[in-house]
Amino acid sequence: MRTALHYLLLCAIAVLCVFPFWWTLVTALSTEGNVFAYPPTLWPQSPSLSNFNAVFDAIPMLAFFKNSVLIAAFTVLWKLALCSAAAYPLARMHFRGRRLVFGVILATLVLPSEVNFLVNFITVTKLSLVDSYTGVILPNIVTAVAILLLKQAFEEVPQDLIDAARVDGAGEWTIFTRIMLPLIAPWLATVGILTAVEAWNEYIWPSIVMSKPDSFPLSVGVLYLRGTFGSSIRVVAAGTVLTILPTLAAFLFTQRYFMRGMDGAVK
Amino acid sequence: MNARAQPWLFLAPALVLLAVFSFWPVLYGSYLAFTNYSLVRPTEWVGLENFRYIFDNEMFVTGLRNSLLFLLMVPLVQVGALALAVLVNNQLPGIRYFRAAFYVPVVTTVSVVGIMWGFMFHEQGTLNYVFMQLRLASAPIGWLSDDTLALFAVMFVTMWRGLGWYMVMYLAALQAVPKDMQEAALLDGATRWQQFWRITVPMLRPTIMVCTILSVLAALKAYQEVDVLTQGGPMNSTFTALYYAYDQGLKHLKLPRALAASMVVSVVCIAIALACLRYLRPRHR
Repeated sequence: MRTALHYLLLCAIAVLCVFPFWWTLVTALSTEGNVFAYPPTLWPQSPSLSNFNAVFDAIPMLAFFKNSVLIAAFTVLWKLALCSAAAYPLARMHFRGRRLVFGVILATLVLPSEVNFLVNFITVTKLSLVDSYTGVILPNIVTAVAILLLKQAFEEVPQDLIDAARVDGAGEWTIFTRIMLPLIAPWLATVGILTAVEAWNEYIWPSIVMSKPDSFPLSVGVLYLRGTFGSSIRVVAAGTVLTILPTLAAFLFTQRYFMRGMDGAVK
Repeated sequence: MNARAQPWLFLAPALVLLAVFSFWPVLYGSYLAFTNYSLVRPTEWVGLENFRYIFDNEMFVTGLRNSLLFLLMVPLVQVGALALAVLVNNQLPGIRYFRAAFYVPVVTTVSVVGIMWGFMFHEQGTLNYVFMQLRLASAPIGWLSDDTLALFAVMFVTMWRGLGWYMVMYLAALQAVPKDMQEAALLDGATRWQQFWRITVPMLRPTIMVCTILSVLAALKAYQEVDVLTQGGPMNSTFTALYYAYDQGLKHLKLPRALAASMVVSVVCIAIALACLRYLRPRHR
């Protein structure tokens, strides 16, 4: 009885969370019937992929897609490189000012990043990076959260391994690239996946930096459909499905990385 | 390579980027808020002029009020997320799928969330159907077109998108609560309810504090959902303080005003976060 009630509650909330996605998918696949039928249609009517084709005709979907992939890929690569390099000395080297540096990095967690966009736009303009991927990526590749997670990962590597490498004459750079990075690979994967989804979904900053529609990422470009296709809700729905499909797939197949990222953040 | 310089070589790229894109905006932005900066003429110090302007401006004052109204969400989200976490913190078969379902809104682009909830809130949309079937409404409700309702509709979407994130934070914390402590309490004759309030909640205090502060900051800085759902309308009823700042800064290119507005938001954020820290800090026994 308790269990049944429990499941009932879980299902009700799950419907609330998932229904908008389901409705959008059904609308995107349907080609017949009233979009806003009473009661709402829960199954596609004469399903076909024609609405998806219409999306490609209406907006430069492939260009948006390519832009999103490039932005996400470069954000991940640079973030992993720079944040792991920063986390390593914080975790494993003794030097003057270590606590201060760590404190400074933590302080950025408190700074209101939404407010930074205005001045960052001036900075990006002065660096002539408006309308460039570099401009979109640069402010996002170093984050305190990534440094924190990777620092924790480095701290868990046994000291013996490092000592042994030192005895063999390895320098810090070799230890970092040959020993430390491979050992924390699962954590690099966690940070990488979280970053990829974040970068894919980022909306405000790219819409500020990018002004030419052809250079928009999907998250910004998909809103164009609403403008050009205000009347054809099915096409808007199809564009929406295409935009979230990659993130949903990434999330469903790599769920445990998301949960682990959270675990690390709580500690 | 000099051993003393080594850690700094590793740290340098990250620190430079943080300095340029995190610290510089705060310093330079605070300065520019007191000037008449623009691209076309030399910058002059104007004192509190920008602040006087925004506080005389109805849009900003409405925006600030709406941003403060967003705080109503904080207790709802936190209680809701904790309840959800308790609900999914067990070994029922299939529980993983429910956790995933509750987290899916978190990993969805805000623009897509805006489009999807635009469909849901449509006059002939699903939400109105449900409301009319349940006899909660006799005619379709204009969720996003009614100027008294729109703000709450936007707040609801913000909640919908944030709940799963806090749920996972609480879930991680719940799983760190030692099992034997809970069992000992049950053996001593505590009810489940007592066990939850006397043992689990006190153990969760640090997480509750962090989540509450994060959610306070997120509420005060609400912007994205407004942008994709209503663009501040109808009749400016969903303007938030940060929306005003972006509108002034990026659309009207009145950067000093925008920075003054965002400074006000930051100060309110810091004040409320400090208050939370003070009242929610785990007490030492």
